[in-house]
Amino acid sequence: MKIPLSWIQEFADIPKNTDLEQIENAFVGVGFEVESVDIQGSDLSGPLIVAKVINIQELVGNKKPIRYVELDCGEANTRFVICGATNFKVNDLVVAALPGAVLPGNFAISARETYGKTSNGMICSARELGISEDHSGIIVLPTDSAKTGTDAIELLEINDVVFDIAVNPDRGYALSIRGLSRELAAALGSKFSDPVENVKTADFGINKNGIQVSVEEVAALSVVYIRTISDFRATIATPLRMSRRIEKCGMRSISLAVDITNYVMLELGQPLHAFDASKIDSQLIIRNAGNTKTIKTLDNQERKLSPDDLVVTDKKEALALAGVMGGASSEVTDGTTEIALEAARFDPTRIAKSSRRHKLSSEASRRLERGVDPSLAEIASARAIGLMIELGGAKYVGSSSSGEPKYAPVVSFDPNFVSKYLGTDVPLAEVEEKLNIVGCDVKKISDSNWQIDPPSWRADLTLAPDLVEEVARMIGYERIPSTLPTGKGGASLTPMQIRKRGVANYLAANGFSEVYNSPFVNPDFISQLGFVGDRAKSFKLANPMSEEFPDLRTHLLPGLLLTAARNQGRGAKDIALFEIGSVFRNIEKLETQQTVGTEKVPDSATREKIYKSVPNQPLHVGAVIAGKLGSDSWNGKNSDYTWVEAIGFARSIIESTGNVSATKSSDFAPWHPGRCAELLVNGKPVAHAGELHPRVISLLGLPARSCAFVVVLSALEFSGTKKSQTLITMPAATQDIALVVDENIAASDVEAALRNGAGDLLESITLFDRYDKLGDGKVSLAFTLVFRAADRTLTADEVSQFRTSAAEAALKSCGATVRA
Amino acid sequence: MTLNAADVSKSVKSALEAIAATQELADLKSVKSEHLGDKSDLSKASQALGKMAAEERAEFGKIVGAAKSEVAAAYDAKLVELEIARDRKVLNEERVDVSLPATNLPKGGLHPLTILTNEISDLFIGLGYRVAEGPELEAEWLNFDALNIPADHPARTMQDTFFIEPLESKLVLRTHTSPVQIRTMLENKPPIYVICPGRTYRADELDATHTPVFSQVEGLVIDRGITMADLKGTLDYFAQSIFGPEVKTRLRPSFFPFTEPSAEVDFYFNGRWIEWGGCGMVNPKVLEVCGIDTSEFSGFAFGMGLERTLMVRHGITDMHDIVEGDLRFTRSFGLGAK
Repeated sequence: MKIPLSWIQEFADIPKNTDLEQIENAFVGVGFEVESVDIQGSDLSGPLIVAKVINIQELVGNKKPIRYVELDCGEANTRFVICGATNFKVNDLVVAALPGAVLPGNFAISARETYGKTSNGMICSARELGISEDHSGIIVLPTDSAKTGTDAIELLEINDVVFDIAVNPDRGYALSIRGLSRELAAALGSKFSDPVENVKTADFGINKNGIQVSVEEVAALSVVYIRTISDFRATIATPLRMSRRIEKCGMRSISLAVDITNYVMLELGQPLHAFDASKIDSQLIIRNAGNTKTIKTLDNQERKLSPDDLVVTDKKEALALAGVMGGASSEVTDGTTEIALEAARFDPTRIAKSSRRHKLSSEASRRLERGVDPSLAEIASARAIGLMIELGGAKYVGSSSSGEPKYAPVVSFDPNFVSKYLGTDVPLAEVEEKLNIVGCDVKKISDSNWQIDPPSWRADLTLAPDLVEEVARMIGYERIPSTLPTGKGGASLTPMQIRKRGVANYLAANGFSEVYNSPFVNPDFISQLGFVGDRAKSFKLANPMSEEFPDLRTHLLPGLLLTAARNQGRGAKDIALFEIGSVFRNIEKLETQQTVGTEKVPDSATREKIYKSVPNQPLHVGAVIAGKLGSDSWNGKNSDYTWVEAIGFARSIIESTGNVSATKSSDFAPWHPGRCAELLVNGKPVAHAGELHPRVISLLGLPARSCAFVVVLSALEFSGTKKSQTLITMPAATQDIALVVDENIAASDVEAALRNGAGDLLESITLFDRYDKLGDGKVSLAFTLVFRAADRTLTADEVSQFRTSAAEAALKSCGATVRA
Repeated sequence: MTLNAADVSKSVKSALEAIAATQELADLKSVKSEHLGDKSDLSKASQALGKMAAEERAEFGKIVGAAKSEVAAAYDAKLVELEIARDRKVLNEERVDVSLPATNLPKGGLHPLTILTNEISDLFIGLGYRVAEGPELEAEWLNFDALNIPADHPARTMQDTFFIEPLESKLVLRTHTSPVQIRTMLENKPPIYVICPGRTYRADELDATHTPVFSQVEGLVIDRGITMADLKGTLDYFAQSIFGPEVKTRLRPSFFPFTEPSAEVDFYFNGRWIEWGGCGMVNPKVLEVCGIDTSEFSGFAFGMGLERTLMVRHGITDMHDIVEGDLRFTRSFGLGAK
């Protein structure tokens, strides 16, 4: 909320020599963020005076209207100035900057020749004075509001400081000069005078005169006042001080009646609405819209009403969207003489709902949805009609009301809790003093039992910690010391967290760069990638940021592929990216959550249902690789990443978790159908790896033969503590064997057969050569077999035997023959 | 052959001269065979000893032996000298430009969000915290209601929160990692010390300082006698560990539905106060929903954005760099070694 310091000072005593920074810190210290401090008038200097228009001469023959104006500036002689505005007439009071004055923007005023005349000053618009954005014409002051020659800088209260204060949603009362003056005085330790105490409500008692109110939807408000006046003179100008204050608070001055309602709202925090009483058919009714279908609001919008919208109506039609905005049909106009003024304490939730439903946030709804002091309906309405009588010549007709203000209940409070909760000693006397400052009444039953009656504007003070916060912000959060609690020892990362770190470090150390991609994906892209089955079953956002990306990812590759393409677009050549993240698949039958709300604690069955409404979200690691392991360099060319490395990395990740994988050829989009491995652990697929489908590669413009792998980290079991084998130190015996097999026999099958036949003393087996130029659909596979026994050095004969039986096994299961 | 001492001495002299004159390792070989080889004068003198009478043999034997030793020693010294000279020359010729880069090594890196998450996790593990994680696609009740955020709260509108279709599923992309706190409290008995890092979502347009997909870390402590001073101390420790030992923190009164008292925490870094996150004492309403006895236990919670923390700490000026996956960005952080 924007607040001028001059208005705040009316209610808060600000000690002399308090500078702006101290005021700003005082607000911040009690919980009000200062978003900006606008020092107004600092870039303006006089003479700036009130002048009366004596004569106007229209200068014709120019591209735009130009007037040569004679002004009475309260000097011996009149002055003549040139003016481009036309919104004034003879005898109007205007604001003139005389030669020597400097206006905002370092605009120095001097006598000058223009349009063939001498202009001896300038008549100013509000924008030229830097006091509002209004540049539709020059300022015309209310008739007789000042003598000519009066200093306009003072008259217009141009020198002021406007603070823009952020008010948290629990502090509705602070959306007012009253509330923020109270807070500032409390923070500075100075005196606060409550403006409410000057309002005499007794003059305006409840009676049967004027517009009467009836409330049909009683749950929607606690109290409402309707006060009626007559003989109001709507065209009387708003006093300068009032309109200037309204403008400084960031609102527009509109007409006397509207300005008075806004002024009182700004001052006290109670939204008010003025109806033209002559347009009301007999009485005002507050009810749900029900069958009333539409309302035209003050902003000239025809709005469709929901049956649940709270409205103020007469016998015929809806006259206001209650607490949000008035209707056009009963708007106060220049011809209005009778006014019915509404002040109500509506239920914040109802107003919030209406405001949201109609996407309409007004000064009134902002206050009402945060909760308004229930005592203000009576007081603020009295204050406003008092002003209408005083300034607009109105006569009091009568008042009607319904309901009673409801206040927060008394809180039982152990004041020792403050020190205990804050971790610092706050003497009880200080606790009491601070609670009093925020407006609480304290009744002391004993040293450990105080009955706290919160002030009318603090419905939020219901629990002990609420009161602790009040004391804490009044003594200052900086009084809270710094102590460091620690948990029990023995905390550590979970196995999954250790796994995640291990995999990330492994890939990063091997040349992969980690990325975090957006999980929002485009369904067309997904189908272009060829995703089917579970990976085509995505969750959809009800409100995506962009219609292009409405789905949640079911797989890491869509994001990784786009990021790889982006990197390539930015000139990267050798691209190796990985991501570890959750994926979302809409494949489970989920429980439906019930509405529980904040006030209820759900029973265990309900909680169980809530847990089961949330889908399982597997953790994947995915990578895309294109280009080389390391870049080509001055000392030679590196080899490209191929499907071999892609599968190898996936297999290594699985092995690093202590799991053993089997490999199977797989046709799995978006991989190349002949170059994709499915890796299985205990017969369950846990990874896919290999070369990407050429169609996908060309779709993204990636380098030919780009590869990818994805491992489902959450599908891999935890192997527990690894057992180490004692190393054998006897010499190893090595045998090479080259086999000729059919080219469609998997090398892993040949290897498995050799392993089977070689016997228990086989230590390792490594494919060291593959030759595919034999013709006849045959390939040669050459393996090195290493044998070792724990207790002896193996003889050449023994080892040769092992080799033979290995070869026999390969012949038997794969038709492999030993290459001559 | 007749032998006399003068001849031997002459042979020695000529051998020593030849050895001294040798400049190349290859020449030294022929010098050796000429003066110490089987056909050399000294070898012949040795062979002649056999034909001598015993007395003579003893006398001349000494002379010839001494002569051979002298020449052999000279040869050995020369050999060492020439080998050193040769090595020096060869190694000098093999000199390389060690400034040449090894650009052929693969170069990867961890995303700085990972590095920061690990760092924060480790420093809190040191304080006896566990690292708790939870689903990103979350139940509305766990994300909002259980945290005392009512149905009509502005945060629960479509402008701020991503909802899943159909709305009856009551699933949202979590707007903070606080539902992990709720799950932790529902599933464990206090004392509870957890840190909850993770990805979170809010419907903000991506710009230089905002991203709809971001990361948070939250902390939660529930124990007997936990005070707001404990919160302050924990934040001091956290800030100083992340930003440097001289860093100060400041609490400002604020409002969150799930904490009371609530505060914003700022830290003083490079000469200015920077907003870091929100915190406060856990609202008793939240504790009660989670079945925690508020007469016995109290607690605090705090939460901050990891992207913002990274940006301040590393001087990153544009959020796009963090979210766009440019490998130049990731690589610049390497493995996060200090």
